[in-house]
Amino acid sequence: MKSIVILLIGVIAFTSCNSNSKKPNLIAQNQTQSTLEESIKRGHLIYNDMCITCHLPNGKGIPKVFPPLADSDYLRDNQTESIKAVKNGLSGKIIVNDTTYSSTMAPLGLSDQEVADVINYINNSWGNKIDNFVTTEKVSEL
Amino acid sequence: MNLRNIFIVIILTSTFACAQDKNPINTKNSHEVIVPNLVNPWSFTFLPNKSILITEKSGELIHFEDGKKTNITGLPKIYLRGQGGLLDIILHPNYEENKWIYFSYASSDNNSSGGNTTIARAKLKESSLIDLEVLYKATPDTSKGQHFGSRLVFDDSNCLFFTIGDRGNRDENPQDITRDCGKIYRINDDGSIPEDNPFVNEANAKTAIYSYGHRNPQGLTLHPKTSAIWSHEHGPKGGDEINIIEAGKNYGWPIISYGVNYSGTKFTDITEKEDLEQPIHYWDPSIAPSGMAFINSDKYGDWKSNLLIGSLKFQYLNMCTLKDNKVVKEERLLDGLGRIRSVNQGPDGYIYVGVENLGIVKLIRE
Repeated sequence: MKSIVILLIGVIAFTSCNSNSKKPNLIAQNQTQSTLEESIKRGHLIYNDMCITCHLPNGKGIPKVFPPLADSDYLRDNQTESIKAVKNGLSGKIIVNDTTYSSTMAPLGLSDQEVADVINYINNSWGNKIDNFVTTEKVSEL
Repeated sequence: MNLRNIFIVIILTSTFACAQDKNPINTKNSHEVIVPNLVNPWSFTFLPNKSILITEKSGELIHFEDGKKTNITGLPKIYLRGQGGLLDIILHPNYEENKWIYFSYASSDNNSSGGNTTIARAKLKESSLIDLEVLYKATPDTSKGQHFGSRLVFDDSNCLFFTIGDRGNRDENPQDITRDCGKIYRINDDGSIPEDNPFVNEANAKTAIYSYGHRNPQGLTLHPKTSAIWSHEHGPKGGDEINIIEAGKNYGWPIISYGVNYSGTKFTDITEKEDLEQPIHYWDPSIAPSGMAFINSDKYGDWKSNLLIGSLKFQYLNMCTLKDNKVVKEERLLDGLGRIRSVNQGPDGYIYVGVENLGIVKLIRE
C-alpha cells in the first residue's frame, strides 16, 4: 500500500507537473499566433499604402523592373537582407528567381514596428509560408 | 509538348504578365547622358548659366555644373516616407531679377507623426539656400505614404500653380473644398491668394484651390500657344488622365473614373456625370505618368507642339500628337530606357529627361 501511495503521489505530481509546464507553452503559442495575425493585418494596410504600386496586389511585381515577393527565392533565402531592404531601402543588383533586378528602392520611412508588420504580411501572403515571425525588436537590431 | 508550343506559351505568359500598352515604338530617336548616376531625379531646372539644379527624392538638392555635382545645403527638414521626399523645382519667370527658386517637398509639423506637401521658395547663394520662405503647407499631416502630387508651374501672369494628390484619403479629400489634398492650387509668387481665385468667397474653403476632384497629378505644364494649364494624373488601375485645368472645375475623382481599384474591384460604375470634367485622354492600361512638357522648339522638326509624358510603369517617353486638344497618336520614345520621372525643355530647345537609376539624358531625333 505504501508503495502504491508513493507511486500515486509520484504519478499525480508528474502529471500535474506536466500539465503545468504544458499550459503556459500553449498560451505562449496562442499569443504568438494572435500577435502574428494582428501584425499581418497591420502589415496588409502598410502594404497597400507603400508597396502595392510597384509590387502589385498579387505580389508578383513587374518582370525585370520590380522583383516578385510572391514565391520569391530571394525573400525565402535572404530574410535578413529583405528586412534590411524594407527598413533602409535597397540599391544594386539582386537576383530573384533567376532574373536580375537593379532598380533602386528608396528608403520607405517606416518605423521598426511597420517594417516588422509588412514583412510578416509578405511572408504569409499569396501562398508564401515563410516561418519567420519578425518582431519590432528584431528589426531594431538590424 | 513540342518546342513550338512551349514557345507560344512563353510568349503568351510574358504578354499577360507585362500587360503592356499597344503604343508603337518609334526607333528614330536616341539619347545622350548629360548627368550620370542619379537615383530618382524627381525634377530638374536650368539656371541662366546652363548649369542644372536637380532634386533627388531622397532629399538631396544637387547643383550640376561643368560636369561636377555639388550638394546644396540649407534645405528645410524633409519628411521621407513612401512617395514623399524632395520633389519638384522650378525658377521664377523673372529669375534673373529676383533670384527666387521654388520647390516642393513633404514636411512634418512639430509633434506630428505624419507629413504633407509643402511649397517653398529660397535663393541660392554659392552652394547654400538662403531666405527660405514656406508659401503653402497642406494639412493635416498624415502617415499615408502616397499621392503627394507636387508639380509646379508658373502661368503667364506669374501666378504659381501646384498640385497636391489625395494623400490616400480618397473618400474625404478630393471632393471637399474645405480640405486640402486632391486639388490643383493657384497662389501669387509671394504665397498670397489671388483675389480672383474661384473659391475665395466660399465659406471655410481653402482659398488657394483652383480646381478639385484630382487623384495624384504629377505632370503640370503651360501650353506654349494657348497658355492653358495642362495636367496629367495617376488614376487607379486603368484610369490615368490628361486634363486641361480650368478655374473652379471638378475633375471627378473618385465619383467618376475610367479605372478600377488596384485589386480589380470597382469603386464607381460611372465614367461621366453632369458638371464633372472629362479628361481629354485616358490610359488603360495605366502608364503611370510623371513629368510633362510640350516640344516648343525647332530641334525636332515636325514633332514640334507634340506633348511628352514620362511613363514610370512601362519605362518609355510617351509622345502624344495632338489635334484640337485630342490625342490622335501615341508613340514610344526612349523605349525601355528606365522609369521616366521628369521631362523639361532646356534653354537650348532640346528635351531633357530624368530617368530613375540612370540620370538626366538629352533626347535626340535621328
